[in-house]
Parts: sequence; structure tokens; C-alpha cells
Amino acid sequence: MSGNIQLLSDTLAGARAEGRAALIAYLPAGFPTVDGGIEAIKAAFDGGADVVEVGLPHSDPVLDGPVIQTADDIALRGGVKIADVMRTVKETYEATGKPVLVMTYWNPIDRYGVERFTAELAEAGGAGCILPDLPVQESALWREHAEKHALATVFVVAPSSKDARLGEITAAGSGFVYAASLMGVTGTRESVGAQAQDLVERTRAAGAGTDLPVCVGLGVSNAAQAAEVAGFADGVIVGSAFVKRMLDAPDDKAGVEGVRALAGELAKGVRRQA
Amino acid sequence: MPSEFFIPDPEGQIPSAEGYFGAFGGKFIPEALVAAVDEVAVEYDKAKHDPEFARELDDLLVHYTGRPSSLTEVPRFAAEAGGARIFLKREDLNHTGSHKINNVLGQALLTRRMGKTRVIAETGAGQHGVATATACALFGLECTIYMGEIDTQRQALNVARMRMLGAEVIAVKSGSRTLKDAINEAFRDWVANVDHTHYLFGTVAGPHPFPAMVRDFHRVIGVEARRQLLERAGRLPDAAIACVGGGSNAIGLFHAFIPDTAVRLIGCEPAGHGVETGEHAATLTAGEPGILHGSRSYVLQDEEGQITEPYSISAGLDYPGIGPEHSYLKDSGRGEYRAVTDDAAMQALRLLSRTEGIIPAIESAHALAGALEVGRELGKDGLIVVNLSGRGDKDMDTAARYFDLYDTDAQVAADQDADTAEIEGDAK
Repeated sequence: MSGNIQLLSDTLAGARAEGRAALIAYLPAGFPTVDGGIEAIKAAFDGGADVVEVGLPHSDPVLDGPVIQTADDIALRGGVKIADVMRTVKETYEATGKPVLVMTYWNPIDRYGVERFTAELAEAGGAGCILPDLPVQESALWREHAEKHALATVFVVAPSSKDARLGEITAAGSGFVYAASLMGVTGTRESVGAQAQDLVERTRAAGAGTDLPVCVGLGVSNAAQAAEVAGFADGVIVGSAFVKRMLDAPDDKAGVEGVRALAGELAKGVRRQA
Repeated sequence: MPSEFFIPDPEGQIPSAEGYFGAFGGKFIPEALVAAVDEVAVEYDKAKHDPEFARELDDLLVHYTGRPSSLTEVPRFAAEAGGARIFLKREDLNHTGSHKINNVLGQALLTRRMGKTRVIAETGAGQHGVATATACALFGLECTIYMGEIDTQRQALNVARMRMLGAEVIAVKSGSRTLKDAINEAFRDWVANVDHTHYLFGTVAGPHPFPAMVRDFHRVIGVEARRQLLERAGRLPDAAIACVGGGSNAIGLFHAFIPDTAVRLIGCEPAGHGVETGEHAATLTAGEPGILHGSRSYVLQDEEGQITEPYSISAGLDYPGIGPEHSYLKDSGRGEYRAVTDDAAMQALRLLSRTEGIIPAIESAHALAGALEVGRELGKDGLIVVNLSGRGDKDMDTAARYFDLYDTDAQVAADQDADTAEIEGDAK
């Protein structure tokens, strides 16, 4: 079975055709349990997310702030495995028909085997991977297998990225480009980095021939911020705010409802109805 | 005049331009750090070829650090090692008490050249943290040190030293609360503050150019030891031995001997409670290739790429990774790596203290334990050089508990236990 890169591209193009940004939600697999995580992702879609990134919990999440670190710890203590991540992708994709990606540090894929990982992700109906610590120079093997299985390769760009690198990254990436709104780790922020719009514009200019959508993440947590970002980006990525709703909820059921409600608020934001 | 103490690799072919030592190394970093890491590489390359940089660093290494460090023969210790001759390269006599200052002064000069005003660093045993805090005091740089919470407890003396020197010390409470987690937290800081902050990485791991640059700053250890041994013993050693955590003092000793193929290069990894118990940090003995902290190297990990929590009595060796050049030396067969338990290291620590009047760091004691083994294997004609990478002052609390050296309630209780055992023995 082929991966769902086309579904991802169609979904982002559909949002663009509606004159709005897409809403992309991040939730870690296995948090608070594997089945609980699946329910949370379904709720995010139900509330209005267009795309979901499933986090593969890691022992050493160097690019994550305390909220996602805590969720990863809970998932790993619960014994989450890559097979559980694949099941999460499969069940949420099959239940919704919407694009589901995996976001992971590179070492788990390196260890598991690139061919095995990409084949299983495509089989599960996954649309691709976001690889925040795999620089484009080290990505040739991954891209070969991702292309073979019709999976998107989403690279991250940062405000510090020079234009020449943005050119290399947009040429090598597929699906969309993840533009980090600020220099820092994941987590909710009071305001979206002022550099975000500049980065989106520079990335678009660098990738002018590719027409790759540019979606903005890091620090976006509420509808007003989503609306602000939707003014200049193709998609708005929200992670820690969803996880925080679940961590702060009195029980798992309330956590799932919190995810649904936040997705609803953010969905209005990306339509600039907030 | 050529530099006497800053002696980068004259070959310059390893690593490759992409930072690879054979299959190991590279640059696995988030995009946010690419510009900063590239800047370090460019600035280091410029500095390496700038006589003014070498002159400044040499001046510091002589008049501030106290180079060259002594080479001390230890015959009473060696008597326990089958009679082989053993020399210690005395990096413990450097200012701040370990080899770490060699690298720190080089990178502090580089920080100034890059126009950055703040330095961050990780530390395990606290020796790299103390050296970094020292250089920051000397150069007037703002300094933040990340240290695992467990290490702040077992190396409390060094926490006080860093704070005395004006550094901020942050106890890291995530993960195993040791060196690995301190590095994670330092990377998180760097990503957020990279415009004015240099990450003064303390070992020969991390993304390119750190493994090569940190090695170059420590290369003086082996260059001096080689020259001193030729003068003193009239020949090259049979073995050069060093402890290995991330691997900086070991690569510093080994590198100048790599072309001398008759010299065995032996790294001693921490076996903790024994490799078979799973409670160890013997990365090359029990690890598999993977990616940790920016480069490909051997890593202690499970079958799904999750990093496993290491253990060692020595905070400085308690790390699940290893510098990529050591992985290359292991796989090419040029380096040998063996694992030394907590107990063997502690016995060697006491033996050197009592036979030679030198109290080594627990890290360095792993190399001494290795030297006792290798000496017995080589016999009377053997000649060994051991890198005594640090002094043991910081470890006296751990050692006092291990050997029951305190006149405290614990000691009284231990005495009572012994009395009870005697009485029970009498009753039988």
C-alpha cells in the first residue's frame, strides 16, 4: 500500500482554495495511553483539525519544552512502542480519512530501519514524516525510501536559516515546510515570534518553483494567534496547547473533550473568525 | 614561531569535510542550530591557521594552566601491576584540576572571536563546568552550567566552586538527571539563545566540528607524553591508557600515538555494577551505532532507538554515548576498549593514594584499574602511560562513603555491626 502524500497535498490545497490556513494538530502517541491517544486525535479531527502529527515519544526530546517532555515520559513509562505509533496512525486515518503524519527524532527510525519504518507507515495509511533533527544533508537515504512509499518528507526551517539553505530544503522537502516561528523549543508562548512572517516569506521565495505550502509552528496556542498566523501562512501547527489541555484535565475523558474544544476554537482562528 | 602547546592534527584528513570519522560523526542537528554550528566550524578553521590565536592560547596554557604537565613514574603502584613501568600524565596538576581546561581556554578564545557574550556548558563530574566557569571569569563572559540533579549532589564541591567563580548552575531534573540530560537542557538553551551564546561543549562528541576541535585542543596531552616518555624511558610505551566517558582525555592522549602502530591505545569504560547487570555506561562494549547529541556513534539504546539510562559511580563517565572518533578507532581495530567496574576503579583509587600519595578522580581511577590489568598482561618489561585526567578532591565524599572513612553515625553503626558479628561468631 502506498502512503498518503497526495491526501496531504490535496488537504492543504483545499484549505488554500477556501482562502484559509489549514489547522495542523500535534499529539504524542501513547499519551495518556495508546487508546486514549487515539481518542484524542479523533477528537482533534472532529473539532476541526485538517491534519494531525502523531508524535513518536522519545527518551531524549531535545527540541521539546516541558509540556511535551512530560507527555513523552508518560507514554514511555506506559511502554509505548513503534508498533503502537503505527496503530495510532492506522486507526485515526481509517476513522477519519484525513492525513496523519508522524513527527519523530531521527534515532528511532535509524535504529528501527528506514525501509521497515517507511513500509509500515505507508501500510498504516500515514502521509509522511516530520524529522526535526535530520538535516537535509543527512536525509538522502530517508528520502529515497519515503518517495518509494509515497510519504511526505517535511523539513523544519528556522528564523536563523539562511536563504541558500531554504532553497536546498524546499527543493528536497515534500508535503509542506514546517517553519518554526521562533528560536526555541516547543511550548506555548504569549506571542508568536515576529520573525515568523519574514521566515514564511523567505521560504516561499526560496521555494518559488515548488509551490510547497509553508506552515508555522512553535508557540501558537490560541485562536487569536492562529488567526494572526493564518494571515500569512498556509497552515497553523499547534502542539503543546493540546497536550496541556490533556495534562490539566481532571480525567482522560475531560482531556479528550478539551482537545475537541481547542480544535474548534483554533479552526475558527485559521478561518479568521476568532 | 610554531605553537608549542596548541597542536591541531597535522594530517587534517580525519574527519572528512562533512565531519565523518569513517562511518561515525556527521552533523545531526536541528535547523535552528545549523547556522551557529557552521559559524563555529568557520571560526575554528580561521583560528587554527591564525598565528595570533596560537600565540594567545599558548600563553594561557603556559602561564595560566601550567603546561607542560608533569610525567610521573609510579613504581610503588606499578609493583601491584606485575612490575611493568607505569608513568602518569599529570593532567590533574593543571589549573582547575583536570584536562578540561585545555579545551575550555581554546573555545573561550573562540567565543570572544565570534563576538558572543554568553557561554553555556554541560557538566557531569563538574570538572568541565569548573573549567568553563573559570575561563568565563577570566574573559568576563556570562556563564550558565547545566548539571544533572544527581551529579549536583554527588559532586557538591564542584557546584560550590562554579558558583564561587560567578557561574549560574542549573540542576537538571529530567530523565536520568545525569550528564545526558544536562546536555539535552544545554541544547534547549542554545536553540533559544544562539544569537549571543556559545555552547562550550566539553567532550569529543556532538555535531561536527566539536569532535575534531575538542580533540585538537587536547592533543597536546599525547604530544607532550610522547616526548617526555622518549626522554625518560628511551622508548615509546607498549600501551597508552585512559578512561572514556565522552572520550576527550582519551583522544587527547591517544591521538599523537595513532601513527605509532606498536603503541596499543586502550580506553577504559565504566562497567558500573558489571556490564552483565545492565547497570553500566560501557557504550563501546555494549552499545549499538545510533544518533545522540548531534552525531552518529555507538550509543546505549534499546531496539527501538530509545536511549537507555546509564549508570556509573563516576559522574564524569556516566554517559550513554561516546565521541565518534572512538567508535572509528574501535571498529578499525586501532583502539581497544575494556570495561572497568565501580569496585575495580575504587580499589585503584585507594591503591594510588596509598602507594604514591596521589588521589585521582574516580574517572581517572578507571584508567588506573585498566593499567593494573594491562601491566599484569605485559609483565616486567612492559611500559605504560596512563592519563591521570583529574584529581580526586571532588570525589572525597563518594570515596569516604565507599570506604567508610567518616567519623560519623554511619561509621559508629558500621562498627556496631562488626561487633555484633564478632559476638555472633563467638556464640557459635
